[in-house]
Parts: sequence; C-alpha cells; structure tokens
Amino acid sequence: MTQRVFVCRCEDVTVAEIDHAISIGLESIEEIKRYTGLGTGPCQGKECTVALVRLLLDRGRIGADAVQPFTARPPSEPVTLAELATLEPPRRGKS
Amino acid sequence: MSARSALGSRTAALPAECDVAIVGGGVMGLATAYHIAQTSKAKVVVLERSYLVSGASGRNGGGVRMQWGDEGNVRIMMESIEICRGLTQELGINLWFRQGGYLFIARSAGGEARLRRNAELHRSIGAPTRLLSGEEAREIVPELDITGVKLAAFNAEDGVVFPWPFVWGYAGQAIKKGVVVRTHTDVLAAEHDKDGLRLRLGTGETLWAKVVVNATGAWSHDLNRSLGVELPNRPHRHEILSTEPLKPFLDPLVVDLATGLYFSQSTRGEIVAGITMPGPHDTGTTVDQRSSLGFLAHLGSTLVSLMPRLGSLKVLRQWAGPYDVSPDGEAIVGPTPGHPELVQVCGFTGHGFMMAPAVGRILANLIVKGERHPMLARWDPARFATGNSDRREDMIIG
Repeated sequence: MTQRVFVCRCEDVTVAEIDHAISIGLESIEEIKRYTGLGTGPCQGKECTVALVRLLLDRGRIGADAVQPFTARPPSEPVTLAELATLEPPRRGKS
Repeated sequence: MSARSALGSRTAALPAECDVAIVGGGVMGLATAYHIAQTSKAKVVVLERSYLVSGASGRNGGGVRMQWGDEGNVRIMMESIEICRGLTQELGINLWFRQGGYLFIARSAGGEARLRRNAELHRSIGAPTRLLSGEEAREIVPELDITGVKLAAFNAEDGVVFPWPFVWGYAGQAIKKGVVVRTHTDVLAAEHDKDGLRLRLGTGETLWAKVVVNATGAWSHDLNRSLGVELPNRPHRHEILSTEPLKPFLDPLVVDLATGLYFSQSTRGEIVAGITMPGPHDTGTTVDQRSSLGFLAHLGSTLVSLMPRLGSLKVLRQWAGPYDVSPDGEAIVGPTPGHPELVQVCGFTGHGFMMAPAVGRILANLIVKGERHPMLARWDPARFATGNSDRREDMIIG
C-alpha cells in the first residue's frame, strides 16, 4: 500500500497523513478526526472509520478491545434544510 | 522533546513542582501557556481531562469579530484579529482564517438603534464598520431575503477560523517552548500547600504549582469548589450544525439580530450555523452536550426563510457545546478572591474563542510581569462579591 492511498475520501485524508498524526503522538480516533478532518465529510465516518481502525491496529497503536469510534452526530443521513424547516417548531422546555 | 508528545500525551512526564499549572487544554489555557513560555523561563504544565479540542474550543462556530457594542470588547477584538493575521505563520499551522466580514441585519427599531450606536463607536476608535441599507446588504449576500430589514452593518475585517487547528497550533508551539501538556488527566482537587497550591490528579499523582490557572470554562466549578470558591458562571448548552461543503459563495458571517441566527461559510466550504433557542435555559452547573431535533427544526425554518436558496442544502451533522455564561456577560479573569494563587480565565459567555489570542497574551503578561491590562479591572472575579458587576454588552449572540 503506498502512502498516497486515501483513508477518508470525503476529506482527502491519506495514509501518510494518518501516519503523521500517529508520529506526533495522537492516539485516539477522536483526536485523529480533529487533527486531520477525517470523517467530517458527507459520509460522516461511515466509509473511513473502519479503514482508520485497521490502520491503527496494523500500526500497533491500539488494541482491538480499545477501539472507540468517534461520537456519531445526527442526522444519521444528510437531510436538506427545507425538509428540516417543515418539522414542528420546538416546544417550550423541550428544546 | 520526543516526537511522540508533540501535541500532548497521556504519558507526558510531569514534574513534581512547577511555576504555573494550567487546568484545561482548550484555547484559553494553551494560548496562555504559549505566551508564558514565550516571555519567561517559567516551568508550565497544562492538564487536560480528556483530549485536546474536546471541549468548547472544538465545538464553537469559529467567528471572529470586532463588531461589539462596548468599546473594551471592540478594542480587545481588534487586538485579537491583528494577532490572527500573523498567527498561521507564528503557529506553523493552517488556521483557515478568512476575513470575509460580519454582516449584521436589523429588522426592529431597537436593532437599528444598536447598529447605529455601534457604528458610531467603531468609527471613533478606528474599527471600519459601515452601515448599509437592506439593498446594499444584498449586494454582499445576493441570496438574502431583505424583507423588513431596516439597517445592516458590515465590517470587512471580521472573519472566521477553523477552531481545531487553532488549538493544535497553540499546543504544538507551547510544547516546543518547553510546556508539558498532559492529556487524559483529571484534576480532582486543589489544596493550599506552602505558598502555592497542590493539585490532586485522577491518576494518583500530585502536582505543586506556585500559580494555578483555571481555564476549564464551563467545567470550572469543580476545581473552584474544592477550594470553597463559588463563582456565578454557569454552562449553557448551545447547538450548532454544519452542512455539505459548497464552492465559496458566501463572504461574510451573517447575523440576524431579530432571531439570533448566525451562519457563515467556512474555508472548508461548509455552512456553519447556530441560533438562539426559545425556551427556558438550564441554570445548573452540569454541562449538557446533547443535540436536539428542535434545534434542527428551528434553525432550518429560520435560515430557509432568510435565505431560501439554502433550502436544498443538506445538513451533515449537528453537535452542542457549552457557553460559559457569566451573569453580566463579562469574562471572569484574574486572581480568585481569597485565593490569589488560583487565577481564573472563565465566563466568556460564548465569545472566548475569538478573544483567546488577545487574552492568552494579557493573562501571560499578568502572571509573568504583573502587568494589568485595562480589561482586567472589569473582568475581576471579585466584582460579584463587591457588587461592581455591570452589564455593558448587548451584542452577545446565541
């Protein structure tokens, strides 16, 4: 596998960039997300998280039992603002 | 310094004693650490409970503006924006700083009066804010629905940054200058010991420091309470979202004063948007970072009516983070009443990130040289006990 292989296709994060993040001491998937932008594009990590985990396991950075994906953020799939605009307005106290 | 801990680590070796221990690895703590290390030989340790960028510094919208209602805030943001101009080079990391301006729009007589008063103030101190009609605002953002807009205000030097690299940049440079950044290490309590404070850590270690800085913002109560200190800042949940990325089309960050809606296009191309939510606000000390469907609905309908073309834009993700709200909207910075070894840098009420470049320098100058920037008088943590608290600012958004 060359260093120019993409791990995150949405945000163009390569194996070389993940290796750089590892080399400067970042250990967890949350940190690597916030340093490289991995998982913040249209797929929201659905394509790239597994590839990242495999890479971290291959590099011996984490044990399989310590793997934690980053926090999943709603919505689970992209939704247009127009669709959201048709939802009921928030009720007082339930915001 | 080994490459392994270039950005902080859970295994960074702690000294037994240090000059300054900074609790909280957000932008305030790290900017302060960076400036202390730059201007002195003091031994500095930063302790972060989780990973860097895990708190409010990694959750805000990245807006940076000098359009405030109060002179002190305008000046401090002029200082901060001036620092931002050279900060990418100084920190050696791309901060995605883009000066596309801030466009405020007012639909009520009250909002119009605020913008007129601000523009007059800004002119008097050299901040280049211009007043615009609704039609002129639409020349800057052609897709805006300007129905009912009485007045707008635009300052081309305001802008946006991407918060994440900002924090990494300060951390990396602080570490290069000898600061120890220890992550995943909770501070359980502080106790008076000799002429300083001893911190008891969740790892079982202790760390003695001459000065301890509480830079934990919305999480600051626990450390304060361990010394019997009660300050009135409280966390308030603020939600935000970002969309799929588009080619650059939106220059300014737009704020609608009537609804508390704000949105901008980041240099990454996403629209980042937040809004003031109706309903009662939680007044407890617990930080709530849950996301809500109500936010998506309220923001979606408000944004689409202001800029109908955005209706077909897809939201990719939403999240929440805490504002650290102080009762008068003013930050809480300086030695703690009765505990001068504990220095607060909290209570920034949703605009701490943008002020951090200036505040880090101000606080470092206070700690290293005893230099008192004029803002420290009004940010004095003692003001609540002495009744000198005064609300000056009415341009807090969100």
